[in-house]
Amino acid sequence: MKSKALIVTGVVIFFLIVLFPFWYMRGKAAPVPEVELTPKAKAAQKCVRSTEYMKAEHMQLLDVWRDAVVREGKRIYVNPEGKEFNMSLSNTCLDCHSNKAEFCDRCHNYASVRPYCWSCHIENPKEKS
Amino acid sequence: MNLRYIVPLIAVILLFLISYLGAQVSGLQYLLGVVVPYLAIITFVLGFAYRVINWSRSPVPFSIPTTGGQQKSLPWIQHSKFDSPANGWQIVVRMALEIFTFRSLFRNTRMKLTQGGRLSYQLEIFLWVGALAFHYAFLVVLIRHLRFFTEPVPFFVQLVENVDSFFRVEIIYPAFKFGVPGVYLSGFVLLAAVSYLFFRRLFVRQVKYISIASDYFPLFLIFGIALSGILMRYFAKIDVTAAKELTLGLITFRPNIPEGVSAIFFVHVFLVSIFIAYFPFSKLMHLGGVFLSPTRNMPTDTRARRHVNPWNYPVPVHTYDEYEDEFREKMVEVGLPVEKMPEPAAAKTPASEPEQAEEKE
Repeated sequence: MKSKALIVTGVVIFFLIVLFPFWYMRGKAAPVPEVELTPKAKAAQKCVRSTEYMKAEHMQLLDVWRDAVVREGKRIYVNPEGKEFNMSLSNTCLDCHSNKAEFCDRCHNYASVRPYCWSCHIENPKEKS
Repeated sequence: MNLRYIVPLIAVILLFLISYLGAQVSGLQYLLGVVVPYLAIITFVLGFAYRVINWSRSPVPFSIPTTGGQQKSLPWIQHSKFDSPANGWQIVVRMALEIFTFRSLFRNTRMKLTQGGRLSYQLEIFLWVGALAFHYAFLVVLIRHLRFFTEPVPFFVQLVENVDSFFRVEIIYPAFKFGVPGVYLSGFVLLAAVSYLFFRRLFVRQVKYISIASDYFPLFLIFGIALSGILMRYFAKIDVTAAKELTLGLITFRPNIPEGVSAIFFVHVFLVSIFIAYFPFSKLMHLGGVFLSPTRNMPTDTRARRHVNPWNYPVPVHTYDEYEDEFREKMVEVGLPVEKMPEPAAAKTPASEPEQAEEKE
C-alpha cells in the first residue's frame, strides 16, 4: 500500500512535467505578433523577394549576402524579377524596416530566436550616425 | 527481405503519405493539426495512467532484485551499496544511476572464444553509448520544443537552445545552403543515434533474431519525426510564427489553423501524434516501467527479511511445535529427542539435555 501511494505520486509528478505547457499557459491567449511596416516599407510594397519567401528564408538570404559581400566583394543582388539591390542589412533592409523593435524583434522574441546580426550591426544606423 | 521490418517501414511511409496528402486539403488540415493531436494527448494521458496503475496492482510474488555486488552481510564484509542496495536511499541512488546513466547497459559484455580456446568476456559499450546519445538528444529536443508551446519562453528553454546551438556550422554553396538558422546539434545526434539503433537490429545477428515489428516501428517513426523536423528547420523552411500560432492555439484551447503552414509541418505533427498515441501501448512504456521493475527497485535483503508472497492463501499447517505438543509424551516414552522436555519428565533424563541442545544449533 505504501508503494501504491508512491506510484500514484510518481504518475502525478510525471503528468505535471509532461503537461507543463498547459498549466504554464493556463489557457490564456498569447497574442500573435504583428509586424509593423513603416510608411516607406508600405510604399515599396514588395521586399527583395516575395513575403512568403522572406518569412521563411530571410535569415539564409542575409547569410548569403554577408558571404557574397565579405568574401567575394559582390554588392549587387539581382532578384528573380531582375531588380537590383545593394546587399546590405544596414542600408537596404533597415532602410525600409527602420523599426527593428516592431518589425524584427516581435517575431524573433515570439519564436525565441536570438539572431547574432545585432552583435555587429547597430540597431538602427539612421539613429546612431 | 524481412517482413518484421518491412511492414513497419511501409506503415510509417503510409502515415507520411496520409498526412502529406491530407495537408493539401483545407478541411483535413483541421483534422491533422487539431483533432488528431488532441486525441493523441488524451490517449497518452489515459493510457499511461492505466498502464502504470495496472502495474501497481500486480503482486510481486518473489523478491527478485538483480544483484551486481556483495549483499549486506557481516560488518567486516564490504557491502556494495548501490549494486546490492539494502535500504530505501540506496535503492533511490541505484535507480537514479540506472535511469540517468543506464548502468545495466554499460555492463553489457560479449562472450568470445579466444584462439587458444579460452572463454573471454569483452566490454561491449556501443549499445550504451548509442542509448545515452539517443535518450539525451531526445530529451534536449523535447525541451527545445517548449518554445512552441509557451509564451513567454521560459529561461531554461532558452538556456538549452543556447547550449544546443553552441557550434555554428554554416555551409553556403549555390546548390547547398545549410546552417541558418543556427544548427541544433541534438536533432542530428538523435537522427544518427536512431539510425545506429536500427542498424544494430539489422546487422547484429543475435539482435536481429529477437527483433520484431514493434521494435522497428518506433525506430522508423522517430526517424521520420527527426527527419521531418530537420527538413523543415534547415531545408524546406516553414513560417515559424504561423507554426507557433497553431501549437499555442492547441495549448491555450483556442485551436485554429493559421495561413501559410506548409504540408511538412502537418506531417511532423501527425507523426508525433501517432508516436504519442502509440506510446502507452508499446515498448516505449519503459519510460514508466523502469521505475516499476522489481529487479531494480527491490532491496537485496533476502537473507535479512522474509518476502511474503501476496498470492499466498492461508494453508492449514501443522508446525513441528504443534506436532511435538501433541506427541511429546509418546516421543519421550520411546526415547525420541524432543525440543521441550515435559515438566515431570525433565528430571528423568538430565544427561541427554545438553547434547540435544548442541544438535539443535
